[in-house]
Amino acid sequence: MAKYLAKRIFYLILTLFIVITVTFFLMKLLPGTPLTNQAKLSKSQIALIYKQYGLDKPVWQQYVLYLAGAVKGNFGTSFQFSDQPVSYLISSRIEPSLQIGLQAIIVGVIVGIIIGAFGAMKQNSWVDTSATVVSILGISIPSFVLAVLLQYYLGLKLGWFPIAEWGGFSYTVLPTLALAAAPLAESARFVRTEMVDVLSSDYIELAKAKGLSRMGVIYHHALRNSLIPLITIVGPLAVNIMTGSMVVENIFSIPGIGEQFVKSVLTNDYPTIMGLTIVYSFMLCVVLLITDILYGIVDPRIRITGKAN
Amino acid sequence: MADTVKLPEDSFKPMTPAERQALDSEKIAAPSLTFRQDAWRRLKKNKGAWVSLIVLGIIFIMAFGSLVVSPHNPNAVNPSYANLPSKIPGVGINGFNGTLVQAGQRVDAYKQAGASAGTYYIMGTDYLGRDLFSRVLYGTRISLIIALVATLFDLTIGVTYGMISGWKGGRVDTIMQRIIEIILSIPNLVVIVLLILILKPGMTSIIIAIALTSWVNMARLVRAQTLELKEQEFILAARTLGESSMKISFKHLLPNLSSVIIINTMFTIPNAIFFEATLSYIGIGISSPQASLGTLLNDGQKNFQFLPYQMWWPALILSIIMLAFNLLGDGLRDAFDPRTKE
Repeated sequence: MAKYLAKRIFYLILTLFIVITVTFFLMKLLPGTPLTNQAKLSKSQIALIYKQYGLDKPVWQQYVLYLAGAVKGNFGTSFQFSDQPVSYLISSRIEPSLQIGLQAIIVGVIVGIIIGAFGAMKQNSWVDTSATVVSILGISIPSFVLAVLLQYYLGLKLGWFPIAEWGGFSYTVLPTLALAAAPLAESARFVRTEMVDVLSSDYIELAKAKGLSRMGVIYHHALRNSLIPLITIVGPLAVNIMTGSMVVENIFSIPGIGEQFVKSVLTNDYPTIMGLTIVYSFMLCVVLLITDILYGIVDPRIRITGKAN
Repeated sequence: MADTVKLPEDSFKPMTPAERQALDSEKIAAPSLTFRQDAWRRLKKNKGAWVSLIVLGIIFIMAFGSLVVSPHNPNAVNPSYANLPSKIPGVGINGFNGTLVQAGQRVDAYKQAGASAGTYYIMGTDYLGRDLFSRVLYGTRISLIIALVATLFDLTIGVTYGMISGWKGGRVDTIMQRIIEIILSIPNLVVIVLLILILKPGMTSIIIAIALTSWVNMARLVRAQTLELKEQEFILAARTLGESSMKISFKHLLPNLSSVIIINTMFTIPNAIFFEATLSYIGIGISSPQASLGTLLNDGQKNFQFLPYQMWWPALILSIIMLAFNLLGDGLRDAFDPRTKE
């Protein structure tokens, strides 16, 4: 296990290194400077500002410096907000994004499991059909359409939840719902297929033959076994939520990193874009690592084959 | 022993036509079907997939037909008819009869704008007085073109990559899989946004950006399938006969991969439509006066409180397209691989 973990962490670092390198040189290809009013500045002023941002050095030196800084969590200074370090910008904004993202994934997966399990239990009945309809709709309606609809009907018309901004828990409800739709739909579909498979296996027949109650069979044997593979789709779901959050945070004007990313893209704030790209990749890598390890813990068969290798 | 077998004389008489017919009527074998015919039959039995196919057909014909016949010019600005609600001839239901609620009262917006009695905008008009129906058709066309072209590229890259990786195996495979793992560890949208920044916003760069990021799934599926096929006897036979790798991949691998490829394509297209809509919605996608479903949604959302129809229509069409592709993909999967459905 330790060996496997070490290998995985090595790959994680390698991946991040490649991500940093590629984004750094891509950003260098782009035009655009931290200057807002280039025509009005004298040559020496421009030189001074370049020096302040470290843009006076040759590209390879900038790269080495950036890499050295990134290791310590220093991603340079934002072009858009003067004197604001990117790392501060990100760390002050990451909390709302994490909160909404985690809530969405938890709500989505749990409700998805329930819907999927009921669908599989009452296979080919109206319960199953409506579960399928819910999951297909959840995949087909883009999160930003859902976000606007929720904002208008639950927020404005019914006034149940605040329509935008960031405050207490009630502010997180609508964005969470908008983001949770996709994971809900995905996991409901996944659990249904898995459980239909499990329900037709021999050990379920045996459990029934032993005289276990229906719920006992479902809970102790069917559900548990069909949930294990669900861990594998948590990674893709996380990507889904990160993508969705960029738009949803904008719609609800939540001060999160998704909103900042879009803002930085629109204002060509390269250091912030780079910093956020690295943070996003880091988060995704960690999620993938955790799910892989969890999978090994939950399903001993994989652990054993892992050892044999 | 041979002389003990005695066949009666009449066994050697030709059958009368009546006897022959009686034999034929006993036959119970169905005409033999090829794999594709079989899949097609199963697909037709799947109501959801069949309806989706028809709906998509209609949407395609309307979106591309609007190049030839369009109710209005999608870019013709007419400020005096701005923000007119939907009005469909002969329909009296509020919301489709050209009336609007203004200051608590329902008024005929068409009369207010001074439009003649014969003026109809099926989906209403936008803030510049452009016909929303024509805009939606136009936007759908752009969205579909982007999605289809991106999917075509992504298909080419993904299938080639997956086939090479699976076929070569060994170190090549390991390196190619590592590259895929690295790509997978960056959220797709981030990569797409970075690429668009570099390529300058526009239709081509969106197509390139989507194509360059979404082939990974296809490559993984194709690789897995290739690994499986590679071990089978018919490939071994082809190799033994001295066929080149190139010929084997086209003649033997590709036809056997086709179902995986078709199914995955059906899920790639709605994904591409979704990414395009998201990008245009954020504001780095298609720029005006061009329109896509994403830009229409973005425009509509600004006025959603007062003129909800401006967002409802594009949202509806977008969701229908996504739904239809998803259902069709599901149907195709069941049709090609009946084991998935009991």
